[in-house]
Amino acid sequence: MDTKCGILGQTGLQFFGRITASISHEIKNVLAVLNENAGLLQDVVLMAEKGIPLNPERLKGVAGTMGKQIQRADGIVENMNRFAHAVDENTKEIDIHETLSLLLGLTRRFADMRGVTLSPAYGNSGKFLTSNPFFLENLLWCFLDFAMGATGEERELTIATEENEHAIRICFEGLKGLAEKDAGAFPSERESALMKALDADFTMEPVRSRIVVALPKKGFR
Amino acid sequence: MKIRVLLVDDEKDFVDALAERLSMRNYDVTVALRGEEALDKLRQYNFDVVILDVRMPGIDGNEVLSEIKRIKPLTEVIMLTGHATVESAIEGMKQGAYDYLIKPCETEDLVTKINRAYEKKAEHEERIREARVKEIISSPRAALKDA
Repeated sequence: MDTKCGILGQTGLQFFGRITASISHEIKNVLAVLNENAGLLQDVVLMAEKGIPLNPERLKGVAGTMGKQIQRADGIVENMNRFAHAVDENTKEIDIHETLSLLLGLTRRFADMRGVTLSPAYGNSGKFLTSNPFFLENLLWCFLDFAMGATGEERELTIATEENEHAIRICFEGLKGLAEKDAGAFPSERESALMKALDADFTMEPVRSRIVVALPKKGFR
Repeated sequence: MKIRVLLVDDEKDFVDALAERLSMRNYDVTVALRGEEALDKLRQYNFDVVILDVRMPGIDGNEVLSEIKRIKPLTEVIMLTGHATVESAIEGMKQGAYDYLIKPCETEDLVTKINRAYEKKAEHEERIREARVKEIISSPRAALKDA
């Protein structure tokens, strides 16, 4: 696949596959909860038919759980839809905070599995740049994935943004384990190719326990 | 005596509903939301069957399974899995899990598997008891020495 698609195609497909597999797993979990709660309602009705009185509070609780899981599924599918539309346009104006929030929503399960808490530390107001939405998401995922493995024992990762006239900087902070990471292993060929395509740059700052990715405001043509 | 089941999954709403449904079917159900919590409970109490999610934060299902088979080798384990992790569940069966089920699963399938797993454990314990009795009858002095 590498020789035919090139490194960007290969890493993009791997990213797409990994995220959609995670989404399908999350949806399965929601369905499992709904399945058990629907079954529980059937059990309660069967018991009522045998003369055991219905407990309205118990029924309210089950309905509440099902409603909560439907909301959860709605959020998952909404994120999936926005992710799928990232490939619609080659370049577009992007609100980096929206992109980060989408990425954190899509990858929260990976963080949970690794016991890492993700803390967004950017405001609601937008910071805008022009870039390729899919490659940008892919690059930020690569950095997020690496940063999650560099949080050390504290297992908390803060994501902040900074802005100047020409660039937006994404700061992955709280990386107490950054100094122990193999300096030669990151960025690999795939991250280097994505940064080249997006005109992006990065700095590792072990003393400040952070990695900063700099994205030009006009970065992809 | 009720069959003692330990239900291990990080989805609290799933665990709560399934635990209630199994209790209605006369099982003695204990729940754990993490692998570490499950192992703590296994060290403190005896269970007949563990229903174990393959993918969990912290120690994952296959690691928990290995530890169960080390500390309570007769306890039977049924792995719960999504489609993406069926391979892991099969790996778990190679490590000694009794069976696996794909989520969401039919409760009656789960109940059937719990009962069969319990029967297997009970038969195994019975064979161990018989072997001990034979040993005592054939060589009472040696048995006393071992005791």
